[in-house]
Amino acid sequence: MPVAHGGHGLYSGWETSYPENIMSVDLATVKRVARLARIAVSEDEANRMVGELNGILGFVEQLSEVNVEGVEAMTSVTPMLMKKRTDAVTDGSKAADIVANAPVTDQNFFLVPKVVE
Amino acid sequence: MSELTSLTIAEARTKLRAKEIKATELTQAYISAIEAANDKLNAYIKVTPEKALQMAEASDARLAGGKAGELEGIPLGIKDLFATEGIHTQACSHILDGFKPHYESTVTQNLWDDGAVMLGKLNMDEFAMGSSNETSFYGPVINPWRAEGSNQQLVPGGSSGGSAAAVAAHLCAGATATDTGGSIRQPAAFTGTVGMKPTYGRCSRWGTVAFASSLDQAGPIARDVRDAAILLKSMASVDAKDTTSVDLPIPDYEAVLGQSLKGMKIGIPNEYRVDGMPEEIETLWQQGIAWLKDAGAEIVNISLPHTKYALPAYYIVAPAEASSNLARYDGVRYGLRVDGKDIADMYEKTRAAGFGKEVKRRIMIGTYVLSAGYYDAYYIQAQKVRTLIKRDFDLAFHAGVDAILTPATPSSAFGISDEDLAADPVKMYLNDIFTVTVNMAGLPGIAVPAGLDHKGLPLGLQLIGKPFEEETLFKTAYVIEQAAGRFTPAKWW
Repeated sequence: MPVAHGGHGLYSGWETSYPENIMSVDLATVKRVARLARIAVSEDEANRMVGELNGILGFVEQLSEVNVEGVEAMTSVTPMLMKKRTDAVTDGSKAADIVANAPVTDQNFFLVPKVVE
Repeated sequence: MSELTSLTIAEARTKLRAKEIKATELTQAYISAIEAANDKLNAYIKVTPEKALQMAEASDARLAGGKAGELEGIPLGIKDLFATEGIHTQACSHILDGFKPHYESTVTQNLWDDGAVMLGKLNMDEFAMGSSNETSFYGPVINPWRAEGSNQQLVPGGSSGGSAAAVAAHLCAGATATDTGGSIRQPAAFTGTVGMKPTYGRCSRWGTVAFASSLDQAGPIARDVRDAAILLKSMASVDAKDTTSVDLPIPDYEAVLGQSLKGMKIGIPNEYRVDGMPEEIETLWQQGIAWLKDAGAEIVNISLPHTKYALPAYYIVAPAEASSNLARYDGVRYGLRVDGKDIADMYEKTRAAGFGKEVKRRIMIGTYVLSAGYYDAYYIQAQKVRTLIKRDFDLAFHAGVDAILTPATPSSAFGISDEDLAADPVKMYLNDIFTVTVNMAGLPGIAVPAGLDHKGLPLGLQLIGKPFEEETLFKTAYVIEQAAGRFTPAKWW
């Protein structure tokens, strides 16, 4: 279904036509992804996100038309050798600094709700 | 005192060294300007006047003792993405409530080591995700520019909207910013300022809150090309704490300003001429071409065939990296915590309350494209397309092109709360169509003001360079600036 970007009037040359066969997300998928992302969503939010995520996924779908046969996926934007250093302790002994911004701590430990019964 | 804030960094440097002015006077002038303007512009989310005056006093002592650094006594604004020791650092997000790092980012440390003075932390889109500075937890920044005869509030662009607005309104001498898809160059273009996004690896990313690690790069927003050159020289460094920072000499960027463009080849990519682009953007581009030709450069048409795929590929790669980077905000180690019935409930409630709509949207997209069964179709495909985008640039440079000239943005600044843009996230994303290619290829890019549109609002041109050849961009941008002049908003605030 082609979706026109009229209104703003600037981008008519960049209209994003959404092909019929896109992988689209439904309400159950949105809820599953929200669970994976550890974000609580209300029913209203989940419903709104179905439309928004499908809009974005429809926009990125045009990548599937690019012929990438024999093309390596980019792993590093500038060719560089990973720097190495001696395997040695170079930092540490600052537990108080590390927990200083935590919401709840006790004796330099982070406190969380009970995980194991 | 107001004339003190109208000095560029280069002008203030001369007066400070000649002892015509004091760093404390200059800093006080900026503090007063911020106090008078910030309610209206919302550029700063935290002002640090005591710290600024302390730093300025130390600068005055060093200036008196003949030990002045490169930026001695120059008052700067810092984007809220940079960790500043003991001072508000929240990436303008609710989820980092109360966070005060016990360390300093490498970029800001470099600036303080050179004698710069910190005025405070600047507003931005939450976690640098946005093109209008409207996603900030602290509310939108108002552009100091208004259309002629109008009092409509305009956006300053984003994500470095606070940086751009503060520089344009003379609420700092210069500002730090960051650019993941256009977040330095688009707000610079919207505010008549100069924004330089350096090559990936030029500035250390250590202590900068991560959005998309393979794309993020710090750079300056400044009033003119010379000030941007001065700032980048101080910001850049190789850093043991960021393995992607490069060990290459940092040139004296200022030294190339005024050099001839004779013998240079400037590429004009046909793919940046999009249907529906306002006629005045095309006219501005042609004007830029004419200026560079007059300065002795050879103009060549080039093709970057994968340009149109850069933005869709970006909206897979950047959210994927963001969903991973932002997993750390879980209510355990820092910031906001909302209690729940168990640990998973605590995570979910904390993240639901702490992240804004746009950030949630991107985390969701990133989580989806990285989830089982979709990784190859989306993420690997996007990274392959990214290889092709970079190859387009490599081929152009290999054919002898020294720099590429394009428009910076497809329009001038738009209104706050634009309904069309609010209704469709993709439409907002299209603001970055001309800038995002540069991040995908890791190249340097600079936005330089080149004129005003029919509404009297600034428009910018962009120059794209070879990796680590920021000097070429400064030299070429300076020619455009000399021809176009500089643009300052009429003060209404």
